[in-house]
Amino acid sequence: MVEMVSRPYEAAFEKHAMAHDDVLCLSADLTSSCEIDKFRDNHPEKFLSLGMAEQNMMSFAGGLGLAGYRPFLHSFGVFLYRRPYDQLMASIAYPRRKVRLMGFLPGITTPGGMTHQAIEDISVMRSIPNMTILETGDATEVESICEAADSIDGPVYCRVLRGSVPRLFDTPIEVGKMRELESGNDILIVSSGITTEEAMRASAALKGAGVSVRHLHLNTIKPFDHKTMLDHIASVKGGVITLENHVVDGGIGSLLAETMADNGVGKRLIRLGLKDTYAHGGSRAYLMRYYGLDALALVHGIEDLMGQKFGITENDLSTARVDAVHSLVKAEGL
Amino acid sequence: MEQALRNEKSTEEVALGIRRRVFEHSIRNNGGYMSQACSAAEQLAWLYNEELNLGAPTLPMIPKPFEGVPHKDNPDYHTGAGYNGPVAPDLDRLFIAPAHYALVAYATLIETGRMAPEGLEMFNKDGSSVEMIGAEHSPGMEVHNGTLGIGLSTAAGLAYGRKLRGDTGNVWVYMSDGEVQEGQTWEAIAACAHHKIDNVKAIMDVNRQQCDGAMDSVMEVGDIGRKMEEFGAKVVWVNAHSIDEMRAAVKTPHTGQPLIILANSSPFEGMPTLEERFPRLHYVRFKSEDERARFNTEIAASLGIDPIDYAH
Repeated sequence: MVEMVSRPYEAAFEKHAMAHDDVLCLSADLTSSCEIDKFRDNHPEKFLSLGMAEQNMMSFAGGLGLAGYRPFLHSFGVFLYRRPYDQLMASIAYPRRKVRLMGFLPGITTPGGMTHQAIEDISVMRSIPNMTILETGDATEVESICEAADSIDGPVYCRVLRGSVPRLFDTPIEVGKMRELESGNDILIVSSGITTEEAMRASAALKGAGVSVRHLHLNTIKPFDHKTMLDHIASVKGGVITLENHVVDGGIGSLLAETMADNGVGKRLIRLGLKDTYAHGGSRAYLMRYYGLDALALVHGIEDLMGQKFGITENDLSTARVDAVHSLVKAEGL
Repeated sequence: MEQALRNEKSTEEVALGIRRRVFEHSIRNNGGYMSQACSAAEQLAWLYNEELNLGAPTLPMIPKPFEGVPHKDNPDYHTGAGYNGPVAPDLDRLFIAPAHYALVAYATLIETGRMAPEGLEMFNKDGSSVEMIGAEHSPGMEVHNGTLGIGLSTAAGLAYGRKLRGDTGNVWVYMSDGEVQEGQTWEAIAACAHHKIDNVKAIMDVNRQQCDGAMDSVMEVGDIGRKMEEFGAKVVWVNAHSIDEMRAAVKTPHTGQPLIILANSSPFEGMPTLEERFPRLHYVRFKSEDERARFNTEIAASLGIDPIDYAH
């Protein structure tokens, strides 16, 4: 079985914050939900409760940045850009303050419905000048997100996973470096965040069906290494498919489309994700199935991309999950 | 040097100079933020000429042209804060929250010897850093405040950080009363009170005007002094045109609380002709050449100067 890690952010943040004098912990009434409640209790001198007042929190953090501090803002991702967008722009992004926006519950990872689901955050953040975007896809990436974020000379928005998180990788995030999980030459799968685990399930089953899959995992969405991506696109015979926990507009699907169009790559691209729709409240597994964000949806997308059926069933995918994770961990351990 | 910058003129003279400069600029340019000079002149004159503990300017007296926005590829970027002197633990900082008061703020810099008069000629010219709505890189500005309501929050964050570092300087915010319609202003006061951020001091131009006209006609805000007290600020009301009242107000003890001086102002103080335009005073543009000529004659007389020869 894949190793499940409980609350990986909690210890990782404490370790990072206590090693850096200028790191402060800011919270907007979601302290335990963002796994910083123990930090609040243990280190009150580095913790600021700013209440349900995100607009003030953004500009306040900008002021802290002006004083040379590097505040980590903790909230659900959705609350870090929708209501306080103006403050995010004027007080943080424009002046390139070293503010670290730790956005929990990315996409449909919450049953909270429309108001809680950050489904267009990457699109919004990608269009903000000076902004960096990181996304965690497993426990190891969550454990290394604080250090990665704090290495950025400017503001950074992070999609952070919480609670029980699978460990898929055994090396920390290297900002700007995509992970090559499969190195085949038929088609290219690009995933990020929680869709990477789904893509790993799908790619294991597809390999069993004789498809040579190339699979890349992105943890750095902005800035983006277009050149390396182009090399990967060139190394497959067929097309490209993206799977994202986000609307297909402005996220990694768009990123691939832009990269391909800008460079005259005439290959087919299929973008899977939320298709110009809001989601609703429900379990992650239910929502991923309902909105076509899971391994089965990816298999169907690849069948479309390659123009053939592989007869892969949900059973094949469940079995594949365990094997894929184990084989990957071993491969990375080499 | 610090002392040399102060008290070369009386604060009353600085205030009159601000009105004269903004008036001349507005007449020459067929309009401008004249009313803001009327209401704010004594407040900004008092801050710069007496109250603020600032060092000598670190940027050229004649402002440099626009040199680009903050970007990783623009390593030499700097703000316009250098006109307020260097950053140092014991020195004060000032944010002009209503950035459309920039013209008045620039006039204040000139009157207090921090910017050359040529700076005002660059106002709102393409390629200039002396922007109409004060930007971060504009003289005397350190942060963007063109979106109203963010100034006090930014000051609170900076002040909290400065407290942590043991700085003794204050963080001042010049505010306008229209900003109290923004919820963020109340969030900021609550945050200051909750975290006992008492190195924040604000003076608010209570002229009861906003872009659409009189505030009471746009959206009533009630007793803002009482509301601010309830949110945790120490509030003192003053006559915005009485420098003595401001001098006294700033001595009010406010341990553990931000100090907000509410300055009751007249939007046509010193330029009584502007009352004809009440309540549409946000930006006064002349309706005809006849009006421009008459305002020129009348307001020049009110300010004790000759009419402006704007034809040349």
